[in-house]
Amino acid sequence: MREFKIFGVLVFFTGLLYWGVEPYAHSQMHPHVEPADYTFADTDDVRNGKVGDAAAGKSLIVDQFQCQSCHSLTVDGNKIGASMDLGVMTPDLTTAGLIYDERFLAAFIADPAKAAQVEHKMVDGKSHPMTKLDLNYDGVFGDDDAQAAADIVAFLKSIAPKELTNKEVFVDACQRCHGAVYGDYRFDGSKSSMLSTTPDASIEPYMGTIPPDLSQMIRSRGEHYLETFINEPGKHLHGTAMPRVGLTEDAQKQVVTYLEEIGDSSKQEREALAPKFLGYLVIFALFAWLWKAKIWRELH
Amino acid sequence: MAKIEESLFSAEGMDKRLATKKFWKVMMTEYWIPKDINFLWAMGVVLAVTFTILIISGIFLLMYYKPDTALAFDSVNYTIMQEVAYGWLFRHMHGVAASVVFLVIYIHMFTGIYYGSYKKGREMIWISGMLLFVTFSAEGFSGYMLPWGQMSYWAAAVITNLFAGGSLEAWGLVEWIRGGFTVNDATLTRFFMLHVFLLPLAIIGIIVLHFYTLRIPHVNNQSSEEIDFDAEAEKYLAGNKKESKVIPFWPVFLSKDFAVVSVFLIFYFYLVFFNYNFAMDPVNFDPANAMKTPAHIYPEWYFLWSYETLRGPFFDMLGMKAGDIGLIIFGLAQVIFLVFPFLDKDPDILPAYKRPKFQIWFWIMILDLLVLSVYGKLPPTGANAWVGFFATGIFLALWVSLPFITKSDAKSRGAL
Repeated sequence: MREFKIFGVLVFFTGLLYWGVEPYAHSQMHPHVEPADYTFADTDDVRNGKVGDAAAGKSLIVDQFQCQSCHSLTVDGNKIGASMDLGVMTPDLTTAGLIYDERFLAAFIADPAKAAQVEHKMVDGKSHPMTKLDLNYDGVFGDDDAQAAADIVAFLKSIAPKELTNKEVFVDACQRCHGAVYGDYRFDGSKSSMLSTTPDASIEPYMGTIPPDLSQMIRSRGEHYLETFINEPGKHLHGTAMPRVGLTEDAQKQVVTYLEEIGDSSKQEREALAPKFLGYLVIFALFAWLWKAKIWRELH
Repeated sequence: MAKIEESLFSAEGMDKRLATKKFWKVMMTEYWIPKDINFLWAMGVVLAVTFTILIISGIFLLMYYKPDTALAFDSVNYTIMQEVAYGWLFRHMHGVAASVVFLVIYIHMFTGIYYGSYKKGREMIWISGMLLFVTFSAEGFSGYMLPWGQMSYWAAAVITNLFAGGSLEAWGLVEWIRGGFTVNDATLTRFFMLHVFLLPLAIIGIIVLHFYTLRIPHVNNQSSEEIDFDAEAEKYLAGNKKESKVIPFWPVFLSKDFAVVSVFLIFYFYLVFFNYNFAMDPVNFDPANAMKTPAHIYPEWYFLWSYETLRGPFFDMLGMKAGDIGLIIFGLAQVIFLVFPFLDKDPDILPAYKRPKFQIWFWIMILDLLVLSVYGKLPPTGANAWVGFFATGIFLALWVSLPFITKSDAKSRGAL
């Protein structure tokens, strides 16, 4: 009986210490944030109920060069447009209709800095490298602009592939700014294909810092943090240079899964091995206690 | 030398050459331990098992680890964690054991304090044990630097910088320790040497000493009863096992130890597989960056209480700078437990429950160390700073009061 009492005291104080230095301390250091919002309800609903017409969107992009002066994309099997270094490499738009939320995409086309939550950086004469959609150049986002935004989104959705691998989503959504070299680690010093595609020399003046490599983010930040952070970086890092990218819930899950595949690749093995290890130890414990009982029986 | 006819490859032959039977008797079957003990007496063997786990997992890690600031992070987090077969298992085992070993050390230490197992003949057990605590601390600190993550770098920067405090700065001590003006490649390599060679060597030596110091005064028991070990051993050997107050180390004492170890291992491997972040701080999975200070720098949980005594005095007083006062208290905290036997003025060996005032002292000390640990992790701002300040004050007051409290207990018992 006394041993159980001592054991209880031990468990109590160890538990109290653990609670204090882990869950409690971390709750103090990392305040709670609202859960991720994949509807992007805070963005302006710029389409204003207008139904997009993919054919009209195609005409805007392909014939009127609304996007392809700066962006590349694959239409009917042909790659058109350009990829440019505007401080950051402009993204290819082929997959945009799949990986970005459509409401966010429309809001982004209407006002990139606002939707991406980087307006705080657009001071001292700086402006977002992507201009706001403004068909009449009248400085007003009018009805025709709203229709155009709806059309472009409809077109991008029509050309987007139905599915992508986790790595493909990562490449399109993240790799322009972030490397993930553990995705293609080179022991021989040759160049990894998973370095960020924008050169450091361009991105540092653009972002004010070199965006970190994401290889170990799954261990350093964890799934839970990444979920709210990728969805809205400013929630955790107030005033961060990282834009909100507007990934759909599915696309973001694929990004996090990719980070896990390259950053914590032993997770599956770990989880598969655990029950075997612990099962063996329970059996060992059983025999250890039986042996102890046998030996101590003749002492009392 | 007597001529030995027996084959080397027989028990008899080995005995003739190495006196193995006598050795086994002395070390195992006739090494006497009191019978009146509880599972806390198994912590020594739990520690031996954990230390063995650390050595074995460490050897495997050593095969792939690269002590170079350009390679260290990837050699741990890519090569070992993802490429090497079961590398992740050895790393998790090593990281978690390094943390859990301190939990067991603290339990072992406070068991000794509670039952009065540090005095009147047992001083050397206590002192060698506290030397182990100090060397384990150095081992833990040097090992934490090796993955070269953000916490590795910044903890190293903060702790080595302590040697630039006060007048120590004039001696150039911190530059000498770091091998440069900042924490750098030379720092990593020398801490690597300390972690894998010098400190383990010292630890193994002191462990042997610690075991040896137990031999003559014998292990204490639950009621701190004074036992005539020779007489009780005779009873046991004569077959009066029930009456005898002692048991042999093997198989009786170890059978209980193995049972306790078996439960400990379930707990330990549960942590290895499912709950390792407390021992392998997520922040340390960001590569070291001298240009980017983490928002919160804190040591591993087992250093938090002494770290908080460093931060406790946060304003200048008594004509001294806050930092200098903190440094003095911090230095004191590292060594004060070593002199415990000399601060306890009670002439008798008794467990705390038979020493009313000391028992109160004991539990206040436990609670104070808990408070110091928790607030050692929290940001030292606002009310937190004051909690740390008062907890540090209580810590000091407890040590000042220890001789008086133990003397008072002895007086009311009529022993003084």
